[in-house]
Amino acid sequence: MTVWHVILIASIAVFALKLAGYLVPAQLLERPTPARVANLLTVALLAALTATQTLERAGGLEVDARVPAVIVAAVLFWLRVPFIVVVIAAALVAALIRVLGWLP
Amino acid sequence: MASSDPHSTPDATGPAVRAALGVGLAVSAYGVSFGALAVASGLDVWQACVLSLFMFSGGSQFALIGVLASGGVAAGPAAITSATLLGARNALYSMRMSPIVGGPWWKRLVAAQWTIDESTAVATAQPTPRGQQVGFWVTGAVIYVGWNLTTLLGALLGDLVGDVRQYGLDAAAAAAFLGLLWPRLTARQPIVVAVAAGVVATLLIPVLPPGIPVLAAALVAIVVGITNLFGQRAT
Repeated sequence: MTVWHVILIASIAVFALKLAGYLVPAQLLERPTPARVANLLTVALLAALTATQTLERAGGLEVDARVPAVIVAAVLFWLRVPFIVVVIAAALVAALIRVLGWLP
Repeated sequence: MASSDPHSTPDATGPAVRAALGVGLAVSAYGVSFGALAVASGLDVWQACVLSLFMFSGGSQFALIGVLASGGVAAGPAAITSATLLGARNALYSMRMSPIVGGPWWKRLVAAQWTIDESTAVATAQPTPRGQQVGFWVTGAVIYVGWNLTTLLGALLGDLVGDVRQYGLDAAAAAAFLGLLWPRLTARQPIVVAVAAGVVATLLIPVLPPGIPVLAAALVAIVVGITNLFGQRAT
Protein backbone atom coordinates (compact mmCIF):
# COMPACT_ATOMS: atom_id res chain seq x y z
CA MET A 1 0.00 0.00 0.00
CA THR A 2 1.39 3.41 -0.99
CA VAL A 3 0.34 6.90 0.11
CA TRP A 4 -1.52 7.22 -3.22
CA HIS A 5 -3.56 4.09 -2.48
CA VAL A 6 -4.46 5.47 0.95
CA ILE A 7 -5.52 8.81 -0.59
CA LEU A 8 -7.62 7.28 -3.37
CA ILE A 9 -9.35 4.59 -1.28
CA ALA A 10 -10.20 7.07 1.49
CA SER A 11 -11.42 9.67 -1.03
CA ILE A 12 -13.72 7.13 -2.69
CA ALA A 13 -15.09 6.05 0.70
CA VAL A 14 -15.75 9.63 1.83
CA PHE A 15 -17.46 10.46 -1.48
CA ALA A 16 -19.57 7.29 -1.29
CA LEU A 17 -20.89 8.42 2.11
CA LYS A 18 -21.79 11.84 0.70
CA LEU A 19 -23.57 10.20 -2.22
CA ALA A 20 -25.35 7.66 -0.01
CA GLY A 21 -27.62 10.28 1.52
CA TYR A 22 -28.95 11.22 -1.94
CA LEU A 23 -29.71 7.58 -2.80
CA VAL A 24 -31.23 6.02 0.32
CA PRO A 25 -34.69 6.83 1.68
CA ALA A 26 -34.51 9.72 4.13
CA GLN A 27 -36.21 7.87 7.00
CA LEU A 28 -33.25 5.50 7.35
CA LEU A 29 -30.75 7.86 8.98
CA GLU A 30 -33.20 10.50 10.20
CA ARG A 31 -34.04 8.18 13.09
CA PRO A 32 -32.49 9.49 16.33
CA THR A 33 -30.00 6.71 17.12
CA PRO A 34 -28.04 6.54 13.81
CA ALA A 35 -28.02 10.35 13.63
CA ARG A 36 -26.73 10.60 17.21
CA VAL A 37 -24.03 7.97 16.60
CA ALA A 38 -22.84 9.75 13.43
CA ASN A 39 -22.61 13.11 15.21
CA LEU A 40 -20.88 11.66 18.28
CA LEU A 41 -18.44 9.74 16.04
CA THR A 42 -17.25 13.08 14.70
CA VAL A 43 -16.77 14.41 18.22
CA ALA A 44 -14.96 11.28 19.49
CA LEU A 45 -12.59 11.05 16.52
CA LEU A 46 -11.71 14.75 16.60
CA ALA A 47 -11.08 14.57 20.36
CA ALA A 48 -8.93 11.44 19.98
CA LEU A 49 -6.99 13.07 17.15
CA THR A 50 -6.46 16.20 19.27
CA ALA A 51 -5.07 14.01 22.07
CA THR A 52 -2.79 11.91 19.88
CA GLN A 53 -1.49 14.90 17.90
CA THR A 54 -0.68 16.63 21.20
CA LEU A 55 0.91 13.75 23.11
CA GLU A 56 2.09 11.01 20.72
CA ARG A 57 5.71 10.80 19.62
CA ALA A 58 7.24 7.73 17.96
CA GLY A 59 4.63 5.35 19.35
CA GLY A 60 4.85 6.62 22.94
CA LEU A 61 3.62 9.51 25.08
CA GLU A 62 5.73 12.67 25.25
CA VAL A 63 4.98 15.99 26.92
CA ASP A 64 6.72 18.65 24.84
CA ALA A 65 6.09 22.16 23.47
CA ARG A 66 2.84 20.97 21.85
CA VAL A 67 1.09 20.79 25.23
CA PRO A 68 1.35 24.50 26.20
CA ALA A 69 0.61 25.41 22.56
CA VAL A 70 -2.66 23.45 22.63
CA ILE A 71 -3.60 24.98 26.00
CA VAL A 72 -3.10 28.44 24.48
CA ALA A 73 -5.18 27.33 21.47
CA ALA A 74 -8.01 26.18 23.76
CA VAL A 75 -8.08 29.57 25.50
CA LEU A 76 -8.13 31.38 22.14
CA PHE A 77 -10.96 29.19 20.79
CA TRP A 78 -12.87 29.86 24.01
CA LEU A 79 -12.37 33.60 23.32
CA ARG A 80 -13.84 32.97 19.81
CA VAL A 81 -10.63 33.88 17.99
CA PRO A 82 -10.85 32.69 14.32
CA PHE A 83 -9.57 29.20 13.45
CA ILE A 84 -6.67 30.22 11.21
CA VAL A 85 -5.35 32.78 13.73
CA VAL A 86 -5.41 30.20 16.53
CA VAL A 87 -3.59 27.59 14.43
CA ILE A 88 -0.83 30.08 13.61
CA ALA A 89 -0.65 31.19 17.26
CA ALA A 90 -0.24 27.56 18.39
CA ALA A 91 2.64 27.08 15.94
CA LEU A 92 4.31 30.28 17.16
CA VAL A 93 3.96 29.30 20.84
CA ALA A 94 5.52 25.87 20.22
CA ALA A 95 8.30 27.33 18.07
CA LEU A 96 9.07 29.99 20.70
CA ILE A 97 9.18 27.47 23.56
CA ARG A 98 11.63 25.36 21.54
CA VAL A 99 13.84 28.35 20.68
CA LEU A 100 13.96 29.23 24.39
CA GLY A 101 14.75 25.61 25.20
CA TRP A 102 12.00 25.30 27.82
CA LEU A 103 10.58 22.08 26.36
CA PRO A 104 11.67 19.82 23.48
CA MET B 1 -37.84 20.63 4.89
CA ALA B 2 -38.26 22.25 1.47
CA SER B 3 -41.92 23.03 2.10
CA SER B 4 -43.21 25.92 0.03
CA ASP B 5 -43.36 29.17 1.94
CA PRO B 6 -46.15 31.61 1.03
CA HIS B 7 -43.92 34.54 2.04
CA SER B 8 -41.13 33.45 -0.32
CA THR B 9 -39.82 36.34 -2.38
CA PRO B 10 -36.88 36.74 -4.79
CA ASP B 11 -35.23 38.91 -2.10
CA ALA B 12 -34.70 35.76 -0.02
CA THR B 13 -31.58 34.97 -2.06
CA GLY B 14 -29.76 38.10 -0.83
CA PRO B 15 -29.14 36.92 2.75
CA ALA B 16 -28.34 33.43 1.44
CA VAL B 17 -25.61 34.75 -0.87
CA ARG B 18 -24.19 36.97 1.88
CA ALA B 19 -24.07 34.07 4.35
CA ALA B 20 -22.53 31.80 1.72
CA LEU B 21 -19.78 34.28 0.85
CA GLY B 22 -18.99 35.04 4.50
CA VAL B 23 -18.76 31.41 5.56
CA GLY B 24 -17.13 30.33 2.30
CA LEU B 25 -14.31 32.83 2.37
CA ALA B 26 -13.57 32.27 6.08
CA VAL B 27 -13.47 28.50 5.69
CA SER B 28 -11.37 28.63 2.53
CA ALA B 29 -8.57 30.14 4.61
CA TYR B 30 -8.28 26.85 6.55
CA GLY B 31 -6.98 25.31 3.34
CA VAL B 32 -3.63 27.01 3.91
CA SER B 33 -3.20 25.19 7.21
CA PHE B 34 -4.31 21.90 5.63
CA GLY B 35 -1.88 22.21 2.72
CA ALA B 36 1.06 23.10 4.96
CA LEU B 37 0.29 20.32 7.47
CA ALA B 38 -0.24 17.74 4.70
CA VAL B 39 3.24 18.41 3.36
CA ALA B 40 4.62 18.39 6.91
CA SER B 41 3.02 14.94 7.33
CA GLY B 42 5.06 13.55 4.45
CA LEU B 43 2.69 14.08 1.51
CA ASP B 44 3.94 15.84 -1.61
CA VAL B 45 2.22 18.91 -3.07
CA TRP B 46 0.26 16.81 -5.60
CA GLN B 47 -1.04 14.44 -2.96
CA ALA B 48 -2.20 17.34 -0.79
CA CYS B 49 -4.04 18.88 -3.75
CA VAL B 50 -5.63 15.59 -4.87
CA LEU B 51 -6.97 15.09 -1.34
CA SER B 52 -8.66 18.50 -1.38
CA LEU B 53 -10.06 17.93 -4.90
CA PHE B 54 -11.36 14.39 -4.38
CA MET B 55 -12.01 13.99 -0.66
CA PHE B 56 -13.11 17.60 0.00
CA SER B 57 -14.10 17.19 3.64
CA GLY B 58 -11.88 19.05 6.11
CA GLY B 59 -12.18 16.75 9.11
CA SER B 60 -11.53 13.60 7.06
CA GLN B 61 -8.58 15.19 5.30
CA PHE B 62 -6.97 16.33 8.56
CA ALA B 63 -7.59 12.87 10.06
CA LEU B 64 -5.94 11.12 7.12
CA ILE B 65 -2.76 13.21 7.28
CA GLY B 66 -2.73 13.10 11.10
CA VAL B 67 -2.69 9.30 11.20
CA LEU B 68 -0.19 9.09 8.33
CA ALA B 69 2.05 11.58 10.16
CA SER B 70 2.28 9.36 13.24
CA GLY B 71 2.22 5.91 11.61
CA GLY B 72 3.35 6.33 8.01
CA VAL B 73 2.03 4.05 5.26
CA ALA B 74 1.92 1.16 7.76
CA ALA B 75 -0.98 3.01 9.39
CA GLY B 76 -2.71 3.32 5.98
CA PRO B 77 -5.73 1.17 6.88
CA ALA B 78 -6.23 3.10 10.13
CA ALA B 79 -5.89 6.38 8.22
CA ILE B 80 -8.54 5.28 5.69
CA THR B 81 -10.89 4.10 8.46
CA SER B 82 -10.49 7.32 10.49
CA ALA B 83 -11.18 9.49 7.44
CA THR B 84 -14.20 7.38 6.47
CA LEU B 85 -15.74 7.38 9.97
CA LEU B 86 -15.29 11.16 10.17
CA GLY B 87 -17.11 11.40 6.83
CA ALA B 88 -20.14 9.50 8.17
CA ARG B 89 -21.87 12.74 9.19
CA ASN B 90 -21.81 13.85 5.53
CA ALA B 91 -24.35 11.09 4.81
CA LEU B 92 -26.70 12.78 7.29
CA TYR B 93 -26.13 16.11 5.59
CA SER B 94 -26.81 14.73 2.10
CA MET B 95 -30.02 13.16 3.38
CA ARG B 96 -31.05 16.58 4.67
CA MET B 97 -30.01 18.28 1.39
CA SER B 98 -31.58 15.71 -0.96
CA PRO B 99 -35.08 17.29 -1.13
CA ILE B 100 -33.54 20.79 -1.42
CA VAL B 101 -31.17 19.91 -4.28
CA GLY B 102 -33.57 17.76 -6.28
CA GLY B 103 -33.06 17.67 -10.02
CA PRO B 104 -31.38 15.13 -12.34
CA TRP B 105 -28.74 12.58 -11.26
CA TRP B 106 -25.75 14.62 -12.47
CA LYS B 107 -26.84 17.56 -10.35
CA ARG B 108 -26.97 15.28 -7.31
CA LEU B 109 -23.51 13.95 -8.16
CA VAL B 110 -21.99 17.46 -8.01
CA ALA B 111 -24.12 18.28 -4.97
CA ALA B 112 -22.80 15.16 -3.22
CA GLN B 113 -19.19 16.31 -3.55
CA TRP B 114 -20.12 19.72 -2.15
CA THR B 115 -22.19 18.38 0.75
CA ILE B 116 -20.12 19.34 3.79
CA ASP B 117 -20.62 20.97 7.20
CA GLU B 118 -20.67 24.53 5.90
CA SER B 119 -22.87 24.18 2.78
CA THR B 120 -25.44 22.25 4.82
CA ALA B 121 -25.31 24.75 7.68
CA VAL B 122 -25.80 27.79 5.43
CA ALA B 123 -28.58 26.09 3.43
CA THR B 124 -30.60 24.87 6.38
CA ALA B 125 -30.35 28.30 8.07
CA GLN B 126 -32.27 29.94 5.19
CA PRO B 127 -36.02 30.43 5.68
CA THR B 128 -37.17 29.86 2.07
CA PRO B 129 -36.65 26.90 -0.32
CA ARG B 130 -35.07 29.23 -2.90
CA GLY B 131 -32.71 30.66 -0.26
CA GLN B 132 -31.79 27.13 0.81
CA GLN B 133 -30.86 26.16 -2.74
CA VAL B 134 -28.84 29.32 -3.34
CA GLY B 135 -27.16 29.01 0.06
CA PHE B 136 -26.13 25.42 -0.63
CA TRP B 137 -24.74 25.93 -4.15
CA VAL B 138 -22.96 29.24 -3.52
CA THR B 139 -21.35 28.01 -0.29
CA GLY B 140 -20.30 24.74 -1.95
CA ALA B 141 -18.83 26.50 -4.99
CA VAL B 142 -16.99 29.20 -3.03
CA ILE B 143 -15.46 26.69 -0.62
CA TYR B 144 -14.58 24.17 -3.35
CA VAL B 145 -12.65 26.78 -5.32
CA GLY B 146 -11.19 28.52 -2.26
CA TRP B 147 -10.24 25.36 -0.36
CA ASN B 148 -8.38 23.93 -3.36
CA LEU B 149 -6.52 27.16 -4.15
CA THR B 150 -5.47 27.68 -0.53
CA THR B 151 -4.47 24.00 -0.19
CA LEU B 152 -2.05 24.50 -3.09
CA LEU B 153 -0.76 27.71 -1.49
CA GLY B 154 -0.32 26.02 1.90
CA ALA B 155 1.38 22.97 0.36
CA LEU B 156 3.87 25.18 -1.49
CA LEU B 157 4.54 27.13 1.72
CA GLY B 158 4.89 23.88 3.67
CA ASP B 159 7.38 22.66 1.10
CA LEU B 160 9.60 25.66 1.89
CA VAL B 161 9.50 24.85 5.62
CA GLY B 162 12.08 22.16 6.22
CA ASP B 163 11.87 21.23 9.89
CA VAL B 164 8.28 20.65 11.00
CA ARG B 165 8.97 20.92 14.72
CA GLN B 166 11.18 24.00 14.50
CA TYR B 167 8.22 26.01 13.19
CA GLY B 168 5.74 24.38 15.55
CA LEU B 169 3.72 22.76 12.75
CA ASP B 170 3.14 19.68 14.91
CA ALA B 171 1.44 21.89 17.51
CA ALA B 172 -0.52 23.61 14.72
CA ALA B 173 -1.93 20.20 13.69
CA ALA B 174 -3.11 19.50 17.25
CA ALA B 175 -4.67 22.98 17.44
CA ALA B 176 -6.43 22.40 14.11
CA PHE B 177 -8.16 19.27 15.45
CA LEU B 178 -9.17 21.16 18.59
CA GLY B 179 -10.60 23.90 16.36
CA LEU B 180 -12.69 21.42 14.37
CA LEU B 181 -13.91 19.89 17.64
CA TRP B 182 -14.66 23.12 19.54
CA PRO B 183 -17.94 24.20 17.86
CA ARG B 184 -19.41 20.73 18.48
CA LEU B 185 -19.05 20.92 22.29
CA THR B 186 -22.43 22.54 22.79
CA ALA B 187 -24.12 20.06 25.16
CA ARG B 188 -23.23 17.69 27.99
CA GLN B 189 -23.28 14.53 25.85
CA PRO B 190 -20.70 15.62 23.22
CA ILE B 191 -18.47 17.09 25.98
CA VAL B 192 -18.50 13.80 27.90
CA VAL B 193 -17.79 11.85 24.70
CA ALA B 194 -14.93 14.19 23.75
CA VAL B 195 -13.25 13.91 27.16
CA ALA B 196 -13.69 10.12 27.31
CA ALA B 197 -12.45 9.64 23.74
CA GLY B 198 -9.40 11.81 24.43
CA VAL B 199 -8.56 9.84 27.59
CA VAL B 200 -9.08 6.44 25.89
CA ALA B 201 -6.86 7.41 22.94
CA THR B 202 -4.14 8.77 25.24
CA LEU B 203 -4.07 5.67 27.45
CA LEU B 204 -3.84 3.40 24.39
CA ILE B 205 -1.01 5.31 22.64
CA PRO B 206 1.82 3.34 24.33
CA VAL B 207 0.00 0.01 23.87
CA LEU B 208 -1.34 0.00 20.29
CA PRO B 209 0.19 0.84 16.89
CA PRO B 210 -0.27 4.43 15.57
CA GLY B 211 -3.77 5.19 14.31
CA ILE B 212 -5.49 2.40 16.26
CA PRO B 213 -5.99 4.41 19.51
CA VAL B 214 -8.07 6.90 17.49
CA LEU B 215 -10.29 4.12 16.14
CA ALA B 216 -10.64 2.59 19.61
CA ALA B 217 -11.84 5.97 20.91
CA ALA B 218 -14.61 5.89 18.28
CA LEU B 219 -16.17 3.04 20.27
CA VAL B 220 -16.98 5.60 22.99
CA ALA B 221 -19.23 7.40 20.51
CA ILE B 222 -20.93 4.20 19.41
CA VAL B 223 -21.65 3.07 22.99
CA VAL B 224 -22.88 6.49 24.17
CA GLY B 225 -24.80 7.04 20.91
CA ILE B 226 -26.71 3.77 21.11
CA THR B 227 -27.47 3.92 24.83
CA ASN B 228 -28.00 7.71 24.78
CA LEU B 229 -26.08 8.05 28.04
CA PHE B 230 -25.76 11.65 29.27
CA GLY B 231 -28.31 12.67 26.62
CA GLN B 232 -31.28 14.93 27.11
CA ARG B 233 -34.59 13.82 25.64
CA ALA B 234 -34.60 11.54 22.64
CA THR B 235 -35.36 14.02 19.87
